[in-house]
Amino acid sequence: MTKIYFLAILVSIYFLSAMSSCQSGEDIKTAQYAVNGQKIYINHCKNCHGEKGEGLGLLYPPLTDVDFLTKNRERLSCIIRNGLNEEITVAGKTFHTIMPANETLTDIDIAYVLTYITTNFGKQDKIFSLEEVQQDLINCK
Amino acid sequence: MVNLFHIRASVVLALAALGISSCQSNTATLPIYGQREPVEKIVDGKTITDTLYHTIPAFKFLNQDSIYITDKNYDNKVYIANFFFTHCPSICPTMNRNLLKVYEQYKDSDQVYFLSHSIDFKYDQPHVLKEYAHKLGVSNDHWNFVTGSKADIYGIANQYLVYTAEDKNAPGGYDHQGYLVLIDKQKRIRGAYDGTNDEQVAKLQKELAILLQEK
Ligand code: HEC
Repeated sequence: MTKIYFLAILVSIYFLSAMSSCQSGEDIKTAQYAVNGQKIYINHCKNCHGEKGEGLGLLYPPLTDVDFLTKNRERLSCIIRNGLNEEITVAGKTFHTIMPANETLTDIDIAYVLTYITTNFGKQDKIFSLEEVQQDLINCK
Repeated sequence: MVNLFHIRASVVLALAALGISSCQSNTATLPIYGQREPVEKIVDGKTITDTLYHTIPAFKFLNQDSIYITDKNYDNKVYIANFFFTHCPSICPTMNRNLLKVYEQYKDSDQVYFLSHSIDFKYDQPHVLKEYAHKLGVSNDHWNFVTGSKADIYGIANQYLVYTAEDKNAPGGYDHQGYLVLIDKQKRIRGAYDGTNDEQVAKLQKELAILLQEK
């Protein structure tokens, strides 16, 4: 009898805790984007930028510089689509190597991977929506 | 009585097993890779059979300082060789990121050296390799980045048992394997590890330490 009582308490604790950690709709969407983005990151970016976005020496810049990511937010979509070949300063160091274009990534792929980078490495919580990416891509130089 | 005998027997067996395993960890040796052939030779008037192992043949390549590097630079040295190219978008960054870890561990040691061959004989001239080495974080001459003719580089890759090819369908235009090949003081291949796989790289670090114990 006491056993059943104990079990009931355990079950209700479980449900209570599950409810309190329940996320808002927006959070869930961000999390979904980030999960999809992680797959893209592993296949297309990890080799150069590293598993944790740590970069490599002065060859490949880290993706953990929140300042850079925030200031250049509107440029990020274009960098991923078209690559980059100019002198940039990231995390206090100067880089100038070639990042190749990613022509096979679709607009939504870019939204996924940027959400993954900015929320995981960049410690932000704002999603990159498809609309934002498409708007930014129109303005690529 | 029978029972006691069993217990004793198993204790003896266990002790023996312990002895064997601890003995192994002391004298563990790495395998020797590649083709081998028996040769007969005469020592003190008696004919004995010896084994000839595959060894890395003589080579001569230009390094990042435009200095010729030959097999002589590696006489009596343990070294790790690989094949890459500087603008490689696929496996090379991970492979060299991992090799850099090993380099940082041993860069001040006079026992372990590093030799990266560029398979992009068109683009990776010494000054390109120099800039690459610097940006990667290589700070001394224990790690050479070399270039040579297509025939020489691809030929030596075969000797290290690493596949390389020009392939316009591969990312960056070259197809190759990301092996880190461990060479002993007699220029024999003692291990090949996938440089893109963390576990394999950890194995390389472990086995390199074992190889360094060999006389
Ligand atoms: C072949 C190596 C390589 C690959 C693969 C690669 N990048 Fe880059 N990335 C670079 C280099 C090099 C730079 C700096 C370019 C420069 O100096 O002009 C860079 C710069 C960046 C920047 C801006 C600087 C920073 O550190 O924040 C972002 C963002 C970025 N990459 C994201 C990505 C994403 C996302 C992917 C995968 C879709 C990716 N990169 C794939 C090499 C690479």
